[in-house]
Amino acid sequence: MREHTEALAPPRALWVPFMLGRPFGVPNDAAFQKKVLHAALQLFESESGPVLEDFAQDAPHQKLSSPPENLVCPVSFPRMQAEGTLAEKLAEEVSQLQAWHAVAVKLRGRTTLGVTGMPPLQIVDYLSAWLDNQPPQPFRKDIAPGDALKQACDELKAFYLEAKSVQPGQHSAVSIQEWFWMETALAQAIVQIRTIAANSTEPSVKAVAVMSLIPRSMEAALKRAT
Amino acid sequence: MVRLADLSASDKENMLKKIPTLPRFNKQHWARGPKLAQRRVAIVSTAGLHVRGDRPFGSGGMDYRVIPGDINAGDLIMSHMSVNFDRSGFQEDWNIAFPLDRLTELAREKVIGSVAAFHYSFMGAVSPVTNYESKAAELAQLLRNDKVDAVLLSPV
Repeated sequence: MREHTEALAPPRALWVPFMLGRPFGVPNDAAFQKKVLHAALQLFESESGPVLEDFAQDAPHQKLSSPPENLVCPVSFPRMQAEGTLAEKLAEEVSQLQAWHAVAVKLRGRTTLGVTGMPPLQIVDYLSAWLDNQPPQPFRKDIAPGDALKQACDELKAFYLEAKSVQPGQHSAVSIQEWFWMETALAQAIVQIRTIAANSTEPSVKAVAVMSLIPRSMEAALKRAT
Repeated sequence: MVRLADLSASDKENMLKKIPTLPRFNKQHWARGPKLAQRRVAIVSTAGLHVRGDRPFGSGGMDYRVIPGDINAGDLIMSHMSVNFDRSGFQEDWNIAFPLDRLTELAREKVIGSVAAFHYSFMGAVSPVTNYESKAAELAQLLRNDKVDAVLLSPV
């Protein structure tokens, strides 16, 4: 944020007008990313400081593409099942997403999963215990219960976003975010778990519930939807 | 960084209320150095990045993780505690937050002198930012040991 940088007055800073989480503008556009990087590094050539420059160009529209036909997943993208408990809906949703996630890994050659060390269905079991109001022990001995809850929610969400990104159709950061929070069983589960966790007597859990499970930007839309 | 006008009202309010807590650098912090084409550049991110298998970041964590310069994109993951920034870009292309491929290209093109042997990541969003000071000083020594004389701070 430019206002923060103005207040801090660091020796050299380049302000960029991109969304939070994307300091180099847009994925898979090496030329644009290099332009931003070069503009930042050029500040080392300035004769005096502090210097705060603006990168005047907005991020180009992301080139949204569908996966090649030979990599399209044979199963249709899941819709949340109508019957069953939320935990059952979540397990079903994750099972159906596995094939799409495999496509995503094949296309990108990487996945960002691996923080918890648990496969997606094991994370479902962990979150299902939360939904039953039976908070499970952290899956690692060296982390606080609140951090474990946060990591589990984020890891499963990353699985969803990676899987969704290769579904036929075109998806922007905003449309994927809206799909996730408005249409998935996992988002419903996180909303329910947040309520349970907010009443916890464990300080790390309470803090995560208040601050770190649901984006501030989605709170109003979620309230309207319920 | 981002435009304040692009944020939701609640995000905007949250960002603005941090301003009075920010320290201000004085002019002594500005220093000349060699030309860019002779500099050795390291990336220091605040995106909560680390090597897969390394200890994830936790609440209030002000420490940093070491990222080897020869890391593959598939081995770098994120465990930031904030939920208020986009992660889909990083999932798609690590250069969106950790532009190591771009930096390597600039070294090959002789725009910069060289790329550091190690890079680093903090998890930003801990307030006040002065809490990072002792770890930042520790990291500065590691950078000196690697003969780094230019740091690209990459926030999310």
